[in-house]
Amino acid sequence: MNKKLFLPLIIFLGLVIAFVVQLQRNAQGDDPKALESALVGKPMPLRQMTDLFENKPLGSEIFQQGKPILVNVWATWCPTCYAEHQYLNELAKQNVTIIGINYKDQSDKAIKWLKNLNNPYQIVINDEKGALGLDLGVYGAPETFVLDGNGVIHYRYAGDVNEKVWTQTLKPLYDKLAGEN
Amino acid sequence: MQKIMIFLTALLLSCSVFAAIDALNFQSARQEEDYHTLTQELRCPQCQNNNIADSNAQIAVDMRAKVFELLQEGKTKRDVVDYMVERYGHFVTYNPPLTPATLLLWILPCAFVVSGAWFVMRRKKIRPTGKTAQQSAVKNPENLDDSERRRLQSILNGKE
Repeated sequence: MNKKLFLPLIIFLGLVIAFVVQLQRNAQGDDPKALESALVGKPMPLRQMTDLFENKPLGSEIFQQGKPILVNVWATWCPTCYAEHQYLNELAKQNVTIIGINYKDQSDKAIKWLKNLNNPYQIVINDEKGALGLDLGVYGAPETFVLDGNGVIHYRYAGDVNEKVWTQTLKPLYDKLAGEN
Repeated sequence: MQKIMIFLTALLLSCSVFAAIDALNFQSARQEEDYHTLTQELRCPQCQNNNIADSNAQIAVDMRAKVFELLQEGKTKRDVVDYMVERYGHFVTYNPPLTPATLLLWILPCAFVVSGAWFVMRRKKIRPTGKTAQQSAVKNPENLDDSERRRLQSILNGKE
């Protein structure tokens, strides 16, 4: 029998395997909308920043703490941020340093929210116009960036940080970065 | 008559609604053209498969505003695309450049065309010689040998 006759079958089986593998990955919660940040491997973008509470200017040194930190983009208008907030409080209790970016929000509302729900953030940057968010390539809140001790971005997670995400995705990277410093 | 007049007046009012969508003051016709090309070429990271001109997601609105701002600053189209790619990655443009990751997309169509052409050429060469000519079901009466000609004649006679 002519060997060439098997070629369409082989191509077909190849496609079936590729589709099944991708389908399985998506079925386990691999979000096809998740984008890798263009800023991975680059330092935090520099921009004039102000503190949410005291309205004083902040320098870029807040991102270089000699240990890994999380940078969390949040807003009071974002329901997922509300869902995430309790878990961020828990992480703060475990001595994880989190810097908040209050993204396209009103300062008074944001301060009230932090008073009522506790403040897990070491520093909160006021990004009322979303300029810092744009520099970071933020496309929706909440987003969480993992930075190393020198302020270089290693990972961006879009969506709410919960226990599963922290233990499976963020914590291994966080621990690895902590070991390097 | 009065009803028609009221209706026509209402139509006049509706014009102001259209004008409210992104009222921008461009410095030149060229700039306006650039703005429209860019917003159609840039992809919304939030509602994927929409460009930022079509999408009303908050991020698309922000990106449109930024495109306008950058054009007002005198940046070229290229600068604006670079600015967005720097922040959102190559995902953000519908016109992706040649990178190792996209190399396959550029090469494969060319490879298909070349291999197709090669396949057609090869078939053409084979046909006039050897097997294919003999296997052909349709034969010209002039090519028949004696026995075939006799058989053809008997079939034709039998029919009549």
